Amino acid sequence: MRKIKSQKDFWSGAMFCTVGTAFAWGATTYNVGEGARMGPGYFPLMVGILTAILGLVTMAKATVKGGADGDPIGRVAWRPLLFIIGANLAFGVLLGGLPSIGLPAMGMVIGIYALTFIASLAGDEFNLKGVAILATVLAVGSYVAFVWALKLQFPVWPTFITG
Amino acid sequence: MELFEHLSMGFGVAFTPVNLLYALLGCLLGTLIGVLPGIGPVATIAMLLPATYALPPVSALIMLAGIYYGAQYGGSTTAILVNLPGESSSVVTVIDGYQMARKGRAGPALAAAGLGSFFAGCVGTLILAAFAPPLTELAFKFGPAEYLSLMVLGLIGAVVLASGSLLKAISMIMVGLLLGMVGTDVNSGVARYSFDIPELTDGIGFIAIAMGVFGYGEIIGNLANSSADREVFTSKVSGLMPTRQDFKRMVPAVLRGTALGSALGILPGGGALLSAFAAYSIEKKTKLHPGEVPFGKGNIRGVAAPESANNAGAQTSFIPLLTLGIPPNAVMALMVGAMTIHNIQPGPQVMTSNPELFWGLIASMWIGNAMLIVLNLPLIGIWIKLLSIPYRWLFPAIVLFCAIGVYSENNNTFDVWMVGIFGIVGYMFLKLGCEPAPLLLGFILGPMMEENLRRALLLSRGDWSVFVTRPISAGLLLAAVALLVVVLLPSVKAKREEAFVED
Repeated sequence: MRKIKSQKDFWSGAMFCTVGTAFAWGATTYNVGEGARMGPGYFPLMVGILTAILGLVTMAKATVKGGADGDPIGRVAWRPLLFIIGANLAFGVLLGGLPSIGLPAMGMVIGIYALTFIASLAGDEFNLKGVAILATVLAVGSYVAFVWALKLQFPVWPTFITG
Repeated sequence: MELFEHLSMGFGVAFTPVNLLYALLGCLLGTLIGVLPGIGPVATIAMLLPATYALPPVSALIMLAGIYYGAQYGGSTTAILVNLPGESSSVVTVIDGYQMARKGRAGPALAAAGLGSFFAGCVGTLILAAFAPPLTELAFKFGPAEYLSLMVLGLIGAVVLASGSLLKAISMIMVGLLLGMVGTDVNSGVARYSFDIPELTDGIGFIAIAMGVFGYGEIIGNLANSSADREVFTSKVSGLMPTRQDFKRMVPAVLRGTALGSALGILPGGGALLSAFAAYSIEKKTKLHPGEVPFGKGNIRGVAAPESANNAGAQTSFIPLLTLGIPPNAVMALMVGAMTIHNIQPGPQVMTSNPELFWGLIASMWIGNAMLIVLNLPLIGIWIKLLSIPYRWLFPAIVLFCAIGVYSENNNTFDVWMVGIFGIVGYMFLKLGCEPAPLLLGFILGPMMEENLRRALLLSRGDWSVFVTRPISAGLLLAAVALLVVVLLPSVKAKREEAFVED
């Protein structure tokens, strides 16, 4: 096998190929129909195949042309990735609760504190006092802006307190 | 002059205290949410729709419209000061605006964006008033074949404008089209790619994709860099007004941006986002004056042109809505919802059956733009204070606004999971060097393209030649092909690649 000249492009192509194939394969489970009477599968099948072909071309091109250093993808920044996404998940779980495991909704305020603390861990510096102040500011600000001013329907406090 | 009669009637409606108040409220809210990254006009208008039940229809539409074009002003502020698109249409403003801010020229960048937007807003409104009636006529000639060709042209245009690999940009559009397929198929009622998840039968939320890819993906990317080269600047801002030299360069860019934005805003699928992209790319193609800062390094034209274009596009994208009843973008789709709430059927008949509403709304845009320039330039001092906030405080706030914003769209935590997933996807795109903007465009246009392809082929009984035998459609497709050929010409290709290396 020839050496890959551009890692980034090669794996982008692989991604397009996978996505295209997956959608095209999924499309065959729906009624495809024909041009004059298209079924729900027609358009995604067409676009999916085209995407997969484009992905293959991208991969092929990556073995021929690329940057001098081989366009490496580089290290994955696991720390920000995990903490940012984790903060998002924690907020969602605390805000709405998870009925499937019997976790009640803890509401917006607790969610904001959790999100701020977890997200702050993604950075290089973590100052507990500073983060606590930030979380309080964000909680009060969000309450005023979204609940008080915009009157959005948020569970603000844990359901076991409000009932 | 019929136009002046109409406009004076419009101003009569818009100048009542109640409507002035709602225009101001809309503009204030628009600026605010434009400034807040991760909360866009789509989310805000969606949030406020229920609140407009009680209002008279004109006031409701005036306020909602104000949010849309107000967000175009506010979005540039965040793009320049925080290096995040406060609004999706400010994505390209980030490139040069932020570089200007880093060099201590945030003031002139903000002024260029504000003044450019104001000028473009006035022109866009005038065009809306003047061209909406005749366009109603022309638009009757458009069949599904023409619409599809128009969208193809729009997408090809967007690809040419994307930086980096053409191949990858086209692929990203295709992925966007595919993601747009998720949800219930309108014709057959089949829930496609929904994996029996009820929330997915409504499709993936545009907001979840935009916030995840542009918000979370970027934050993770920013945090991955060491603090030294992290994209945060602390340099002082001095001098709000652009220099004479700045003005000299800004004015032609504003004019080009306004013209382009007004034209692209009218197209279905167009609007603020596409206009900003196109305007930036045109500026980039023009020759640099001696001593001018290159694009991507803080060129004022890179701020003035897309900001003018997105505001002009925001105004003129009301044309397809008000003349045809076809929403050209997500915001206009919500405006359709707002009109339906008040028992107004959007379409060509609005102009004749509800003239006060039609012309009152247009006149209010003029007033709104005047309010916005007053709101934004004096209040810029407040936004500049945002600069002193260190990134370690800012990014948790952005994560929070994204999470809250996406939740409030449907009051459903499912959207919070989706934004998390797209955050991971966005970071992957970043690592692979895939520009995400074409994906968003494909995502919005996907369902519309499928619908028009279906209708066109249904009418032609499956004959694909319908796209080239109908003259308007053939012309649009020809333009798309010509665009592709031009970009692929060896000389242009080399130059294009060279231009993007500068980024």
